Amino acid sequence: MSTETFTEHYGALRDALPGQDLPWLSRLRADAFARFAEAGLPTPRQESWKYTSLRPIEKAGFGADGAPRACISIDRAPSLLPSASDHHRLVFVDGHHRADLSTVGPLPEGAELTSLREMLAKDPAWLEAHLGAQAQDDSQALLALNTAMMMNGFVLRLAKGTVLHDPIEVVHLGGAGEGPLAYHPRNLVVLEPGSQATLIEHHTHMGEQPYYANSGTEVTLAEGAVLHHYKLQADALNAFHTATVHAEVAAGALYDAFGMTTGARLSRNEIAVRLAGEEANCHLNGAYLVRGEQHVDNTTRIDHLVPNTACSEIFKGVIDDKARAVFQGKITVHRDAQHTNGHQLSKVLLLSDQAEIDAKPELEIYADDVVCSHGATAGDLDHNALFYLRSRGIPEKAARAMLIEAFLAESVHNIAAQGLCPALMSSIGHWLADRRGDL
Amino acid sequence: MAATFETVEQVRALDKYKYGFVTDIEAETAPKGLSEDIVRFISAKKEEPEWLLEWRLKAYRHWLTMAEPTWSKVQFPPIDYQDSYYYSAPKQPGDGPKSLDEVDPKLLETYEKLGIPLSEQKLLAGVAVDAVFDSVSVATTFKKNLEEVGVIFCPISEAVKNHPELVRKYLGSVVPYGDNKHACLNSAVFTDGSFVYIPKGVRCPMELSTYFRINAQNTGQFERTLIIADEGSYVSYLEGCTAPQRDENQLHAAVVELIALDDAEIKYSTVQNWYPGDEDGKGGIYNFVTKRGACRGRNSKISWTQVETGSAITWKYPSCILQGDNSVGEFYSIAITNNHQQADTGTKMIHIGKNTRSRIIAKGISAGKSDSTYRGLVRIGAKAEGARNFTQCDSLLVGDKCGAHTVPYIESKNRRAIVEHEATTSRISEDQLFYCRQRGMSQEDAVALVVNGFCREVLQQLPMEFAVEAQKLVGISLEGSVG
Repeated sequence: MSTETFTEHYGALRDALPGQDLPWLSRLRADAFARFAEAGLPTPRQESWKYTSLRPIEKAGFGADGAPRACISIDRAPSLLPSASDHHRLVFVDGHHRADLSTVGPLPEGAELTSLREMLAKDPAWLEAHLGAQAQDDSQALLALNTAMMMNGFVLRLAKGTVLHDPIEVVHLGGAGEGPLAYHPRNLVVLEPGSQATLIEHHTHMGEQPYYANSGTEVTLAEGAVLHHYKLQADALNAFHTATVHAEVAAGALYDAFGMTTGARLSRNEIAVRLAGEEANCHLNGAYLVRGEQHVDNTTRIDHLVPNTACSEIFKGVIDDKARAVFQGKITVHRDAQHTNGHQLSKVLLLSDQAEIDAKPELEIYADDVVCSHGATAGDLDHNALFYLRSRGIPEKAARAMLIEAFLAESVHNIAAQGLCPALMSSIGHWLADRRGDL
Repeated sequence: MAATFETVEQVRALDKYKYGFVTDIEAETAPKGLSEDIVRFISAKKEEPEWLLEWRLKAYRHWLTMAEPTWSKVQFPPIDYQDSYYYSAPKQPGDGPKSLDEVDPKLLETYEKLGIPLSEQKLLAGVAVDAVFDSVSVATTFKKNLEEVGVIFCPISEAVKNHPELVRKYLGSVVPYGDNKHACLNSAVFTDGSFVYIPKGVRCPMELSTYFRINAQNTGQFERTLIIADEGSYVSYLEGCTAPQRDENQLHAAVVELIALDDAEIKYSTVQNWYPGDEDGKGGIYNFVTKRGACRGRNSKISWTQVETGSAITWKYPSCILQGDNSVGEFYSIAITNNHQQADTGTKMIHIGKNTRSRIIAKGISAGKSDSTYRGLVRIGAKAEGARNFTQCDSLLVGDKCGAHTVPYIESKNRRAIVEHEATTSRISEDQLFYCRQRGMSQEDAVALVVNGFCREVLQQLPMEFAVEAQKLVGISLEGSVG
């Protein structure tokens, strides 16, 4: 696919991008852009994009804007956590950091939570060492594009043994601009040995304008570090959302991710996790509810590089109207990565005759002493369960809603940050309430 | 049963690769390489009608424009298509043998080594064999018995002459010539293969079977099989393959097309144990096969069973297109790879009609330095109300240098369809091995026993004649992989 739009953006913004005075960063950007220009936007001709076409993005004609505008008139951004709870918040509007809306409380010693721009001003040497470290393999065009065009994002850095008890909430608001905008948030999480944090990303919208957010996140977990990483993507239904996460998990560390998708016209969550130390563990779970003409794509890749690592992956989806969902999960057990445990499951409810699911749960195994499995199911609600509820006097619409809610609740209630559950459940509730009457 | 006993004996004799011999028969061979002239040569040799030549040429011209498929997980050096012979027929006196006595005695000898005693066919539990020796069928038995009930079972070249209307109607109707590069090549240069037609309401009185064999050096084998089961009929077809030991890779690109009309059933079983290459991965057959069945009629059924133990590279996806309402597709597979073998195999179940059902049971066993991949597609079309699919793929790893991969594609466009897929990968349990060892079994016997148990679900689907041989083969294929 053509790269014209983004070549224009890059040309126009190059000098306004942060850190242009740093030779290493300009080089990083220039190299990344060259890779992107060579590869072009992914097309369904590529195996990993078989079921998702980015053509609508190309057609939408997004513009780019360099300077943050101060005049966006909002005084508060929505929160997913009970207001009483103490937590740190970073707010981004159209990809720009809004310090006035953010509240970062007192952080324990050794903890740093800031924006990428601020970090560039403060400690460029540290960034040089970490930015792009996990995204070495950005043969993926979208991540390369992100590297070339990154404007801002959040940086979380915890020194050895630092435990952040209060969750961090990062709110992304889109659609506030005057025209259709494309932006490329870049986030960096580096947890040193034994540190722990809970990170909640909330993607939502405030204006009418369509937007395209192409984010890139690098996560480095050192020995024994724990990161709980949650994401609710409730972008506008005219928005586009592509997110790439690259995580490396060292010995004894845990990367626990849960993502829920209800928004965006087209979204793709691509997560690649490398389990690089013994006893490294990762959970990649997700839920999605889509309808209308939405398209959601969850693509994950877990690499077991050393012996004694484990992963579990459960994605559950509800697809209505003409929506389409894609699940591509790949677990690779490398040579000699013995005693690997890997389990993967994709379950889908199809609620309408035009809904579609394309699942590709993939195992690639080069070691013999492993226990790996995957499963995939797709179908309508269980008729027996429905009958049970109907026979007890519950109207069909309510019965269906109950079953759908229960189907997803299972994965929501399994998350570690219980404070987040009510917000996630209520977004499921809203989605169900908004369904057309013809249940 | 004497015949079964004999099969057992023969398989037992398979110490290593027993079938590694070359019969020295003067082949009447077309010049090396591939060109329009070669296609015309083959067609002329076969005395084919104009329409078939045209079809071949169309395929050849299309083939030139096609790219080699690269999506599978097998690796091999690029094939030099000009370095192969595309036609070789065993030399025959006159117009071909009229009875077994006229068949080249050397051929018969080969068959004997292969365990196909043509003279004792009738004893072989009702199996009629259409033996294919290097691209030309030389003998067909039981023809009369079949003719009595109206079953047509003959080499496809003969069918072109005697039943052109059937061949013309169905050839390429399931696997069009431009389907994929290998099938396209086959369409251009296929030399022979079997043709089966089961008339309305006939239950074929015996299992039909063919033995394929690659013989002359550097001869690609391009078989074309076409089976048509008319309304309400039933046929069980067995295909078994062996090939002589050889150093140069041999290309095999076969095409099998099955058509089941209303209420018809076709059961297609394969045991494939071609030369897999030596322990260092030298030599071996490239087995690029396109097999596809169309359940055209209501309540029709196509069942594929395969035991894949041979070939250096296997690239094979027997598929079912479930067009007719209530039609059923089945795929039972065992793929065993050892040493440097590579297998990329699986199935496609395309659900189009209402209440169509499919079942996939795939067992992959990898040993040595081999790679085995299950690659399958289950597609539920928007109109396939009430469709049902169940897929189970299990992989067993023997040794830590091999690989086992599962790549299923599941596409569902109908809410009233239920699709289930599950897959596991594990190795032979130490406990099971210990149990067997403790009872005095050797390590190899113990592995063979456990593996046979692992494969049982599929082995049970094989017709009796094959089941015994297949069970033995499972053990033989894994020889040298343990201990």
